[in-house]
Amino acid sequence: MYSENFQKSLKLVEQAREKNIALEPARMTAKQKEDLLAAFHPDYKQDQFDVLKIGPNKGDKVPHELAAILQAHSRITADSVDLEHPDYETDVLVIGGGGAGSSAAIEAHEAGADVMIVTKLRIGDANTMMAEGGIQAADKPNDSPAIHFVDAFGGGHFAAKRELLSKLVCDAPIAIKWLSELGVEFDKDADGTMITTHGGGTSRKRMHAAKDYSGAEIMRTLRDEVLNRNIPVIDFTAAIELILDENGNAAGAVLMNMETRELMVAKAKTVVIATGGAGRMHYQGFPTSNHYGATADGLVLGYRAGAKLLYAETLQYHPTGVAFPEQIFGALVTEKVRSLGAKLVNVNGEVFMHPLETRDVSAASIIRECSERDNGVDTGNGKGVWLDTPMIEKIGGEGTIMKRIPAMWRMFDKYGIDIRKEPILVYPTLHYQNGGLDITEDCMTTNINNLFVAGEAVGGIHGKNRLMGNSLLDIIVFGRSAGQNAAAKAKGTKVGKLTLEHIEKFEKEIAAAGIETEVVSPKLLPDYTNRGKRA
Amino acid sequence: MEKTVNIFLFGKKYEVPENLTIMTAMEYAGYQLVRGCGCRNGFCGACATIYRIKGDRELHACLACQTKVEDNMYIATLPFFPLVKQVYDIEKVSTTEAVMMQLYPEIYACIGCNACTKACTQGLNVMQYIAYAQRGDFEKCAEESFDCVMCGVCSSRCPAGISHPQVAMLARRINGKYLAPGCGHLEDRVKEIKNGDFKELIEALMQKPIDEMKELYNNREIEK
Repeated sequence: MYSENFQKSLKLVEQAREKNIALEPARMTAKQKEDLLAAFHPDYKQDQFDVLKIGPNKGDKVPHELAAILQAHSRITADSVDLEHPDYETDVLVIGGGGAGSSAAIEAHEAGADVMIVTKLRIGDANTMMAEGGIQAADKPNDSPAIHFVDAFGGGHFAAKRELLSKLVCDAPIAIKWLSELGVEFDKDADGTMITTHGGGTSRKRMHAAKDYSGAEIMRTLRDEVLNRNIPVIDFTAAIELILDENGNAAGAVLMNMETRELMVAKAKTVVIATGGAGRMHYQGFPTSNHYGATADGLVLGYRAGAKLLYAETLQYHPTGVAFPEQIFGALVTEKVRSLGAKLVNVNGEVFMHPLETRDVSAASIIRECSERDNGVDTGNGKGVWLDTPMIEKIGGEGTIMKRIPAMWRMFDKYGIDIRKEPILVYPTLHYQNGGLDITEDCMTTNINNLFVAGEAVGGIHGKNRLMGNSLLDIIVFGRSAGQNAAAKAKGTKVGKLTLEHIEKFEKEIAAAGIETEVVSPKLLPDYTNRGKRA
Repeated sequence: MEKTVNIFLFGKKYEVPENLTIMTAMEYAGYQLVRGCGCRNGFCGACATIYRIKGDRELHACLACQTKVEDNMYIATLPFFPLVKQVYDIEKVSTTEAVMMQLYPEIYACIGCNACTKACTQGLNVMQYIAYAQRGDFEKCAEESFDCVMCGVCSSRCPAGISHPQVAMLARRINGKYLAPGCGHLEDRVKEIKNGDFKELIEALMQKPIDEMKELYNNREIEK
């Protein structure tokens, strides 16, 4: 139920619905997209970035908020812990309990390694859990990994590391098969054919889904499998610093109990960073669709130890975050809503773009509609545009919404909006960290031996923008690969004397560069408390 | 001035803006959450919460991130509930009700009180999916339980000590792996990939100059 303020615009949307359903809006040309992005995409706002003064990416631009935590003090000094007496010893230490970390742990275990997971919240408290729309894989006869490659490479502005992207697309059907065999329930027809749809920027319908709980279904299955294998999961325990050995190889991490603040040492032959994304950094003041712990921890851990970042200046703003009601402001409205036929409509009831452009282009287009063109709907808490969800029922038949996107229906129903009958208001929300740690094909960082990375903390798989459904895919493909390779590498590894010298070294760099900062990192959790006077 | 309401966090009174969720109201009151907060979007089940409105007999359960505060709401979060999760080997598990008798025999002690269904934060028919599990109808159990976020409130209300979310998890995995129809085009594609059928195509793409890749991308045919 929308209040009086929305009714005028709502009427226009309803009146134009039939006509808008029939409309096939033109796709933008390459030139139109380029101009639109340059003018309206947040990544192109030059004054929102800082140049890094220290570290392996010295001279590169990253968002202000990221620069602040990359060039910050450690939470500890080198003598805060006793490296001689580790609290945990293992072959493979996985940092992060999301989809990538869990996949890595399962594969390392399968390979016979001793493996443990540390995670600052619970296993499954991760962006994987919240991925709604689906997972890409070129497994239909009219499709091929090569076509998938071209879609993703172009969608990412031709910047992906090709060897990583080719691994992503070629291993995609294998990933779907692996998940199916673990018991993940993909949407299928009666004869077993996968029900697949388009995502923004795909040229074939290759989006596999489990209703609009795709990520949740994958995550809970992986979690169940981790537990079935009795892999130790040390929850509510954050990694706050990597530990290297005297040879400069990754060899563990300093851990902190999130509740008691107790410090511990985990010694390992190989380390997998699977710490996920950064939405809770709220770059440029955007709300986020990300989980509570998405604070770029892995980038900070890696960077301080000397690992290189790639494309850390590029973020993904999901075009359709919730703009209204304010209680769920910034929450994700899955792209699948558009895959199923809903179009984006402005305050006047006009369709202003093709609904399935890539995410960066769609987000920029919505921002333009709400700013320069002034065709946004006033939500009382900013602007938004309509996403005309009732179109889905008209196109797919009554019941389509409950069958295909029940989570979306439920999320709005709690606030009295029935998306089967009423459209919803959306605006871009901070969704995905395109960049991250630079890795080679075997998932190891390019410049720290025995340090592996998987999932959203990796940079370069997607280039400078990611297509829908390629991130659930990458956590599985690269998560598994990181686990396999970390286990194999652990076999021949002899760990030397442990050291935290890099903390001191980094402190000296901070001082030498004249950086004055009170910030300590990793951030671990955002602070949303109402800060009055405190003791 | 924004309108406010009085809420009681673990019995202590706080005045908070009426437009907040229970989760944001706790933060407004000054709580820095560690437990009881996960995805903040209704998918992870970390913020299970029980509440009662003063003067009302009924006990409600909800997700704190998805529920607006109300005046005189008495709130207790349930950030952890000791569910029983049995360990099993998915490769060797039985696909009939025998598996339930073996791993979760307590489901046969269900007394039909329906407290689980009434407590479900997702509005699922929990008792019904347990009934399907008892019968070994795992396809129906999977379907009925699909939207479960495993918050555990159902189990906290169960006099028979059933860990409903774990029972459903098992049923869904059995259904997904063994009972759902197999997928021919997936099997074929995996074989083709392992056979190296796409190797040449991909290698060509690895070498192509950027200009040619742009050509290819901008002129690709898009399936309707």
